[in-house]
Amino acid sequence: MTAIEEPRAVVLDAEEARRARNARLEKIGRWVLPVVIMLAAIWLWDRICVWNEIPKYILPRPGMVLDTLIADAGLLFSSLLVTLRITFLSLLLAVAGGVGLAILFTQSKWVEMSLFPFAIVLQVTPIVAIFPLINIYVDNQTAKLLLCSWIVAFFPILSNTTLGLNSVDRNLIDLFRLNGATRWQELWHLRLPAAMPYFLGGLKIAGGLSLIGAVVAEFVAGAAGQSSGLASRIIEAGYRLNAPRLFAALFLISLTGILIFLVLSLVSHLILRRWHESALGQER
Amino acid sequence: MPQPNSAADPLLILRGIGKTFSNGTTALRDATLTIREGDFLSLLGPSGCGKSTALRIIAGLLTPTSGVLDWRKTLGEDSVGFVFQEPTLLPWANVFDNVWLPLRLRGVSRAKAEPAVRELLERVRLTGFEKAMPRELSGGMKMRVSIARGLVTKPRLLLMDEPFAALDEITRFRLNNDLLELWQDERFTVVFVTHSVFESVFLSNRIVVMAARPGRVFEELAVDAPYPRDEAFRTSPDYAALCRKASDVLVGAINAPAAEVRA
Repeated sequence: MTAIEEPRAVVLDAEEARRARNARLEKIGRWVLPVVIMLAAIWLWDRICVWNEIPKYILPRPGMVLDTLIADAGLLFSSLLVTLRITFLSLLLAVAGGVGLAILFTQSKWVEMSLFPFAIVLQVTPIVAIFPLINIYVDNQTAKLLLCSWIVAFFPILSNTTLGLNSVDRNLIDLFRLNGATRWQELWHLRLPAAMPYFLGGLKIAGGLSLIGAVVAEFVAGAAGQSSGLASRIIEAGYRLNAPRLFAALFLISLTGILIFLVLSLVSHLILRRWHESALGQER
Repeated sequence: MPQPNSAADPLLILRGIGKTFSNGTTALRDATLTIREGDFLSLLGPSGCGKSTALRIIAGLLTPTSGVLDWRKTLGEDSVGFVFQEPTLLPWANVFDNVWLPLRLRGVSRAKAEPAVRELLERVRLTGFEKAMPRELSGGMKMRVSIARGLVTKPRLLLMDEPFAALDEITRFRLNNDLLELWQDERFTVVFVTHSVFESVFLSNRIVVMAARPGRVFEELAVDAPYPRDEAFRTSPDYAALCRKASDVLVGAINAPAAEVRA
């Protein structure tokens, strides 16, 4: 603790002292509690397996899942890479498509009014219901999966970015017009930066959805063989009653989802913080 | 200290300007008014008197339904500055970039704009805050940035739409003083919209009092007090007398019958 943080001799009344204590506890609890509960749950899972003598093909013990994860690492991680490739490519396409369409929408109210219903139709129709059609029309396996995952992921980016591009201070638009700004300048210097927080919110949702989309697409595609992703490993393991591998694959998918969320949250935090604090941070 | 010249050349004459919105509201009717070069002209009136509408028509943000804007001097497109009621800054850009913006939109590079931006920041007493972000500034400082931005293109005419209405009184007084100083040094023309009698008397050499329903020019007042005006003027009997005079006219405008309204 540095000298500045050293508590000075401030006399606190009971209420303030309690408030300070609660704030401190909450700060610690926010990190410690989830970890403790998670560990307890895993321990309980292990105990339930032992107490009830549950066979490993029904519910494997956590330790066994870990062993499988290590033993099957080559297989699982190569599958993970396949899934990740679809996930990131579709996220990339979702960003390009969502932002591109949003920009198109803001260029003209007419375009927005005409095309937005299509976006909503794509969003509300369950992807598993659309997939058989995609399966008929598209030959390439990767293209199939990408299209599927893209349909799931692009909507939050489109709708958030459209909202952001349209929620610009009217006075700022007037200011740009007064200064003879072109459409392009208005977009680049005003609408796009103003839409940034909305876009990043959409991106965080789309990140998770693109993974879900990729996994669901693999499931319904029933892909098998060398170049197949984690979903097909799960199906395969299910058929073979290989519960430990099923759990290991599930664990990898969850972990990937959490990592994607954390990375996107960090990106969002870094970009938005720059708006507010970076300039000062550089100076001091 | 040069005084605004009551015989100065007109810069802009509004001839019978009217504005009716598509919902049927007549925001302004038959407004005729001369803005002379070097004027500090206040448009004073209750809400709904069309003072902001008039300002936006002068700025070219609104097209008048009737009447003409008769520009007596050819102003380049750089020559009108606008300051809004809110500071209206770009929240993602620092103070320097916010002031640079009007020049940037005209294709002036950062390096080329730098002397003008720095000079204006000094004039509004914000030297050293170039890299600060808007959210780190107080309300008064944000308004200073906004004024610097309005003046960075060296406009001949500065339009201000109730710029200090949202500030506390102490900050407002300080900004009033600084604005007058800037105006006297740079000799631009100001059209200042306000609903404060005291502010309009302190700042302007001419007050145009407007009435509502429909918005129209009610009466024009000359403020015969010499510049520079400072804190001493604010507490002088002259100021009090002028305020009373302006108040009487404003009360007249508020109570003016709306009977003039024609179908």
